[in-house]
Amino acid sequence: MKLRLSPEDAAFRAELREFFTTQVPRHIRDTVAAREDLTKEQMVESMRTLDAAGIAVPNWPVEWGGKDWTPLQRHIWHEEMRAACVPPPITFNASMVGPVIAAFGSQQVKERFLPATRNAGIWWSQGFSEPDAGSDLAALRTSAVRDGDHYVVNGQKTWTSYAQYGDWIFTLVRTDPDAPRKQAGISFLLIDMTTPGVTVRPIRLIDGGSLVNEVFFQDVRVPADNLVGQENHGWHYAKFLLGNERAGIAGVGGTKWLLAEAKTWAGDRLREDPLLAADFARLENDLLAIELTSIRVAAESSDGKAQPASSVLKLAGSELQQAVTELVLNLAGEQGLSSDPAAGAPAWTRPAAPSYLHLRAASIYGGSNEVQRQIIAGTILGL
Amino acid sequence: MDFDHTDEQRALRDAVRGLLSKTYATIDGRREATAGDPGFDEGMWSRLAEMGVLGLPFPEEAGGMGAGPVEVGLVAEEMGRVLAPEPFVEAVVLCGGLLARAGADVSGIAEGVVLPAYVGGPGVAARCDGDRWVLDGSVSPVLNGARADLLVVVAEAGGTPALFTTAQGERTSFSTYDGGRAARVTFDGTAAEPLGDPTADATGTIEYARARARVAYAHEALGAMERALEMTRDHLRDRHQFGKPLSAFQNLAFRASDMYVSLELARSTVLWASMVLADGDEAEGIEAASRAKLRAAESGRHIGQEAIQLHGGIGLTMEYQVGHYAMRLTTIEHLLGDRRHHLARLAAAVGGHRTVDPLR
Ligand SMILES: Cc1cc2nc3c(=O)[nH]c(=O)nc-3n(C[C@H](O)[C@H](O)[C@H](O)COP(=O)(O)OP(=O)(O)OC[C@H]3O[C@@H](n4cnc5c(N)ncnc54)[C@H](O)[C@@H]3O)c2cc1C
Repeated sequence: MKLRLSPEDAAFRAELREFFTTQVPRHIRDTVAAREDLTKEQMVESMRTLDAAGIAVPNWPVEWGGKDWTPLQRHIWHEEMRAACVPPPITFNASMVGPVIAAFGSQQVKERFLPATRNAGIWWSQGFSEPDAGSDLAALRTSAVRDGDHYVVNGQKTWTSYAQYGDWIFTLVRTDPDAPRKQAGISFLLIDMTTPGVTVRPIRLIDGGSLVNEVFFQDVRVPADNLVGQENHGWHYAKFLLGNERAGIAGVGGTKWLLAEAKTWAGDRLREDPLLAADFARLENDLLAIELTSIRVAAESSDGKAQPASSVLKLAGSELQQAVTELVLNLAGEQGLSSDPAAGAPAWTRPAAPSYLHLRAASIYGGSNEVQRQIIAGTILGL
Repeated sequence: MDFDHTDEQRALRDAVRGLLSKTYATIDGRREATAGDPGFDEGMWSRLAEMGVLGLPFPEEAGGMGAGPVEVGLVAEEMGRVLAPEPFVEAVVLCGGLLARAGADVSGIAEGVVLPAYVGGPGVAARCDGDRWVLDGSVSPVLNGARADLLVVVAEAGGTPALFTTAQGERTSFSTYDGGRAARVTFDGTAAEPLGDPTADATGTIEYARARARVAYAHEALGAMERALEMTRDHLRDRHQFGKPLSAFQNLAFRASDMYVSLELARSTVLWASMVLADGDEAEGIEAASRAKLRAAESGRHIGQEAIQLHGGIGLTMEYQVGHYAMRLTTIEHLLGDRRHHLARLAAAVGGHRTVDPLR
């Protein structure tokens, strides 16, 4: 057992810290620090800065721009990025569709999509969930029927994050309605969102934004070349996609930054209110435990095996994120009633309620916390 | 940073596990050992000494093994797994730690022939009586106080704490709810030897020794939590109600999952704290110990309570083992500072740093 980072890892961290705090444009990091929404342009610019330095997609195969980093180095990369208020690479591109294409796509699909996916030349949306297929994703109904060298797609996706920005959408579609198991008739299809018949409709959320959308497909003709891997094998690729992202799943870096900022916002109250100080101390201890656990999981996954313990991180990490935004909301108190600058409240109080409300989603998306409990019970405890 | 044990450390764990399982394979072993005085198995104590476990943290010159907090943690964890009642943390880690640091002879402890007990105050005062030091006052509970050959005493001397040893003192023994033994120890002009300079403030020395003992207790709790969860998992699989195994009820399976989350969070913090003790400075070690003790207390209470609940009525019986795990976890939670104590300490310091950074 070793407490300290190896000199190489310490140097690696220092280098990244330097890069993130000096090379990523100030206006982007300030927007994150102010907890304001980033524009699409800012997210793309940030990803391009990382890509130019060759560190946008370290989790990809090296031949497609990935890095031969250890899991611990990937962990450090992610946490340093969050600590410096650098937006992580667009997750749909970097963590979701990219690795799937790299692993299962044909050479032609790889060459066509991977470079543009890496530098955000394409903004990807994730079209998995449907109104009647949430946690039970395999119940999805959007159909793709082969017609010559095209698929004709009909159906509806929902909860599609940032579909308003999306150039392309990667979808799970039903290609064999008669398959014996519902998982067996699903394919992984890439769809250009400018194709006629694709409509996007925003959904307003309780945080005041409309990050998510409904996406409708009406007789959308998609070239059969846009299929990833084999027809009817989509469920396998989707499981790969959902199980593959470990770095940063606990969101430690961002939570740590927010908790530290919250101390500044609390000011004198930290000394005057022992219950508040106790709240901080407890959250700090929870954060420590989760951070250490994520380092442990990273270290233990160096043999490349899937780590069911990452469910612990999703579960504990999302609950902690929620608890910290709740603390900030409590700190803001009445001052946090409105995000409108007209109210004259301190700037830090404005995003308090929206982000508290927004973060309620952290335990729902990415496999809800109930789904994570199911994984722990089944895979780890054997129940 | 890495959390893996070395081959040597794993060999130590296997050896200790092998030895303990000879007596404590089932809860009957603990029941038997705690039925009569001194509340543990003297034979097991001697065998632990033969294996070198009782001298583990002492320098080699002092007859010890020169091992560190990580190895100590491994042993404590194994003891926790089987609820071994031998006073390893109290006698070796806490008392032995204080004595070794003061340069006192600890060979008797390592050999298993001298059993020390820690009299942690407050309530004891030291004064000069002619050319010797004497103690007055009374402390309870002193774990294993009646059986102890030597008392390591924290006493107030001229306004600050100082350390003394004595073999005297009046001891009244009683049982604790987890099956252990403790005593009320009374001094009345009792002659004692100063350990180190009795006019110097020993707070730092004492706090550091207590920190090492806290982390060892946290490891012991970790072992107990791990076993309690294993037993609960097995019970959920084996026990049938309403025509199916309890594990088929999602609510129960999910609660077991949450116990697992609690366990893993505790494991990370406790392992880390022993690394900080091994590798950090004393102030860092003391703080890390509070963090580990708080985490172990929170996870231990959660796991202990849920283990009983998910077992149903049988969880409450002395006959069945799981309740003993909950009892021990509850006891450990209250030794050397409970949740509130450590949370209050951490809260008082929370404004003094921006973040806690475990990666160094
Ligand atoms: C802000 C936000 C962004 C999202 N972005 C995207 C996106 O970009 N692309 C995309 O495809 N999807 C996206 N999602 C969808 C997300 O993945 C789903 O919301 C999620 O899978 C849960 O599905 P559901 O909402 O239908 O809830 P349901 O599946 O109906 O679940 C309702 C509740 O029941 C619980 N539950 C369900 N089944 C079980 C079970 N078997 N056992 C125990 N409890 C159960 C759930 O945990 C939840 O608490 C997003 C969601 C949100 C909120």
